[in-house]
Amino acid sequence: MISALITIPLVGALLASIAPQNRARTVALAFNFLAALLALTLWRNFDSGAGGLQFVERYAWIPAIGAEYLLGIDGFSLLLVLLTSLVVPFALLARPMSRGFCALMLLTQAALYGTFTAHNFILWFLFFEMSLIPSFLLIKLWGGEERDRAAVKFFVYTFLGSVAMLLAFLGIYLVHGTFDFATLATLGKTGLLTGNAAWLAFAGIFLGLAVKTALFPFHTWLPDAYENAPVGATMVLSGLLSKMGVYGFVRLLLPMFPNEMQAIAPWLLALAVCSILFSALAAWAQSDLKRMVAYLSITHLGYCMLGVFSIGASPSQSLVETQAALTGVMMQVFNHGITAAALFYFVGLLEQRRGSRGIADFGGLMQRTPLLCGWMSVAVFSFLGLPGLNGFIGEFLIFKGSFALAAAATSVAVFGLLITAVALLRGMQALFSGPLPENGGAFDDLRRGELTVVVPVSVLMLAIGIAPQWVFNIFNATVVQMARALA
Amino acid sequence: MNPWIVSNLWLIPALPLAASLCILSLGKAQRSPAALLAIFAQVAALVLAIVAFLPTLATPGFRAVHNFTWFTFGENAVRIGFLLDPLTAAMLVMITFVSLCIFVFSTGYMAEDTNFSRFFAYLSFFSAAMLGVVISNSLLLFFVCWELVGLASYLLIGFWIHKPTAAAAAKKAFITTRIGDIGFFLGILWLYGSSGTLLFYDDGRGALEAAALLAIGSSATFIALLIFCGAVGKSGQFPLHVWLPDAMEGPTPVSALIHAATMVAAGVFLVARVFPLFSLGAVDGVTPALTVVVWVGVITAVMAALIAIAQDDIKRILAYSTVSQLGLMMVSLGVGGVAAGIVHLLAHAFFKALLFLGAGSIIHGSHHEQDIRRMGGLRRLMPVTFATYAIGMMSLSGVPLLFSGAWTKEEILHGTAHWHGSPVPHYLLLLGVVLTAFYMTRQMIYVFFAQRRSTDAAHESPRVMTIPLIALAVCSVGLSVILTPAWPWLHEYLLGRSAEFHLGRIIQPMLFISALLVGAGIALGVLLYRSVGTTDPLAQKQPALFGFLANRMWLDELYGNTVLRLSAFVALWSDWMDRHVWDGFVGAAGTFAQLTGIVSSGVDNAAINAGADMGAGGARDTGRLVSTWHSGQVQIYLRAVAVGTLTLLLLYAWLA
Repeated sequence: MISALITIPLVGALLASIAPQNRARTVALAFNFLAALLALTLWRNFDSGAGGLQFVERYAWIPAIGAEYLLGIDGFSLLLVLLTSLVVPFALLARPMSRGFCALMLLTQAALYGTFTAHNFILWFLFFEMSLIPSFLLIKLWGGEERDRAAVKFFVYTFLGSVAMLLAFLGIYLVHGTFDFATLATLGKTGLLTGNAAWLAFAGIFLGLAVKTALFPFHTWLPDAYENAPVGATMVLSGLLSKMGVYGFVRLLLPMFPNEMQAIAPWLLALAVCSILFSALAAWAQSDLKRMVAYLSITHLGYCMLGVFSIGASPSQSLVETQAALTGVMMQVFNHGITAAALFYFVGLLEQRRGSRGIADFGGLMQRTPLLCGWMSVAVFSFLGLPGLNGFIGEFLIFKGSFALAAAATSVAVFGLLITAVALLRGMQALFSGPLPENGGAFDDLRRGELTVVVPVSVLMLAIGIAPQWVFNIFNATVVQMARALA
Repeated sequence: MNPWIVSNLWLIPALPLAASLCILSLGKAQRSPAALLAIFAQVAALVLAIVAFLPTLATPGFRAVHNFTWFTFGENAVRIGFLLDPLTAAMLVMITFVSLCIFVFSTGYMAEDTNFSRFFAYLSFFSAAMLGVVISNSLLLFFVCWELVGLASYLLIGFWIHKPTAAAAAKKAFITTRIGDIGFFLGILWLYGSSGTLLFYDDGRGALEAAALLAIGSSATFIALLIFCGAVGKSGQFPLHVWLPDAMEGPTPVSALIHAATMVAAGVFLVARVFPLFSLGAVDGVTPALTVVVWVGVITAVMAALIAIAQDDIKRILAYSTVSQLGLMMVSLGVGGVAAGIVHLLAHAFFKALLFLGAGSIIHGSHHEQDIRRMGGLRRLMPVTFATYAIGMMSLSGVPLLFSGAWTKEEILHGTAHWHGSPVPHYLLLLGVVLTAFYMTRQMIYVFFAQRRSTDAAHESPRVMTIPLIALAVCSVGLSVILTPAWPWLHEYLLGRSAEFHLGRIIQPMLFISALLVGAGIALGVLLYRSVGTTDPLAQKQPALFGFLANRMWLDELYGNTVLRLSAFVALWSDWMDRHVWDGFVGAAGTFAQLTGIVSSGVDNAAINAGADMGAGGARDTGRLVSTWHSGQVQIYLRAVAVGTLTLLLLYAWLA
């Protein structure tokens, strides 16, 4: 099943790349439809009462180096698979693009499916890196003004992080002779490595994941990459690729290095808090809409990191709080995926209509395009964590958990909620209110096709905000199991 | 067995919410259906509110809850619920009734507006959120609705979004209240962590019940103060009051509904609701948390009353008056007079809504003139508005006997006089009574008496606007019946006791004192303003003082030049750091790697081929791929990577 899930976008990529130029997107969407159907089937057959891996596919691959073809899905994996199935078509719909673009998007999708379902390091790392190449090309070939610089920076920076991570795992392999995540997690309880080797391995993996998650101060590639990538690619980068890092933190670092995490927890928490506050502040200072949303993305990922590090700080203090933080992190991952993608989608619409995306280039939109403003507001308010919309649920649970586990850091971090609101409302005020700027030209309200994309996504945000249980059901059992294992 | 209404309390906010969604989906053109739908939903909500009111009448101290699980995370359930007790029931009736009056008034006031139907959608949405706050039996649900109230307020203040001032005021309101909400949110987290529940009442296991209070213990002070931050923001208490006067940029019915009767009262309601947290461990009714409440309230009450003296915008005077009255309510809660504070809140809702709608009628009748200096003589031109406004003014000032405000204020002053904390708040509030009577007299003279200072022909408003005024005026007077010390029915009802009638109790020493003070305030106002011209007599006599007050004690400027400037600077600094320092490291590392790559390029070729086969398998393949795509920089980078790889690998082998 899972192999099929990964194969579908690969085949799609092949077909999209040879399809006629104006049909490529249709082909890509068709394959996305297939993948989504399969993902839904997985969800349907998924036993949400069980915390462990399901639909396991396990084959010997390269026994000499401990590489196994091991795919499986637990609640967290399923959540991200579903998110991928949701965000990629959303991103494809953002703007009609050429066949190369569509093919690369599908390649990224396959890599994402693989990353979220592989449970052997070698296989996982392969997918992890595989996502990098199409993203690099998407920025490089279809990006904005500074695409060359942004693409190289993105690639080299994340690649360096990956190399560090690879080395760390090699080191672990040299000692323990396994790349199996589950085995490593069990070993982690008693200390995977000792002495300096443990710290080096920890640092390597940490670096790889921190760069991917854009944790402060390893985040500077992100604004450039998000700003310069074409809008569809930005949606996938922010909605999905940034989640690979968070996924890695939860899946690898937390269980494998509990002692190291705890020892330097204050520093890690400080980094998370810096991520939250400084990026929110920087977002406030941006004049480019896309860059502003990019910075706010770092803030939101910072909340996830706050949750993860607070668990790391005192994993065995309270099961309730650990579960709260873990649940919050997973929920936030899902919500941020949807909301950030939606916001970038709207930024893309604005850019398409106006030809630029400076905050000062817009004004008085509420009078002219009430529908666009209305639906965009839903995404904006979700992003600033308004209760009743999806963003609040995850943030509330993260903060609930982290407040009990790391009160001081959390007390500072909540100001991120305030600054995010300041930055977003500043943008909204400039866009929606006041007089229309000169040479406004034709500026259409949402078209029918755009509405059919926007409305379901907004309804989803509202549905999760009001009745989130169905999302929690996906990963509740996994959270329980993980929290037990960590305690 | 709970009455049917308890588990169906959600219907009360659901009706206006449904109306709001329907109106939005109807579109711009459907003007009268929009208004009818909104009003109909409000009538239905009022009926249900009365249905909810009945069981609380039948049993003194009635309290019933309906709790359920919102969601479960891990193995833990987050429960929320509805609560029906006298406090909720009284608030429900007040909100639905006042909203209804304001909705009807709005059909006249907003008749010319192009976005008429959207206005009713927002109003209904607001009403729904506010009703949600009132029925919550969980601090979490309370917070959810509380934030939605903030959103509705944001939308309504910024309703005339083409006006940059309106958009700025909306943003200011949202952000200023959110500052308080950050504290509130932390308070919620703390309470949740220490008591394990956010339900208020849950058959002995709720956060406000004995067992949980015991568990919370000494942290209650901090939790209470954090929660109070939220109340300070929402209820416009010093130092976060600055948004409320600016919020007058919204249409006047909005000011009446949100910034007089309901939303700003939510903060007071919040403190009343979680009062057990504030009063935990009280000695003689004094706790540190409550003392803070008292002082914040006193400062707000007096400061806002002073500022109101020197304002020229009819709505801003009322806005500062509201701030001041909210301070008074806070003081009452702080000295332990929860019921007295809520009674004043309820009475205030009626007469302040009346005053705002009256102001709306005046503005409407005098062609959107809001400056009281350009009014005058409206008494004859707008008789109904004048009569009802006078009733509102006398209620607010606290003219004794007939008007509700007098009784409720007397009750509060009675409480402060007996407070064990300090006698100062009591005397400051007495000063506030004088000031209130004074600035309201000034306003009355400017608007309705003296001679007309504008050439525009003013006219009385249509009946659809005057009838709500009359209804609210009748309530402002009629409420007195259940407020007098002879039969303090409302007060006792809120406390869960049944009231007895004692005519003798009506004569209280405080009655004379406050009558005297009100008389002094009015006399002073008449004396100063009896022959008012174009310049303010007070401004002539005390220009410095008047300027200080007219400029709102320079507080907005102070915030603008300190907090705002500083944070804007920090934002720019963060951006600069990002571009130059954090990214600078990256750039430097890149340059360094490049150099290393050049230096060792002769050596490393062999090393890569020999050593990195296993180690950097993935890296090398990918690297090769990329380097074919993009020659130059990446290649050099990757070479450096390979060198680093090898070094690290050796280090590993050595360590492990």
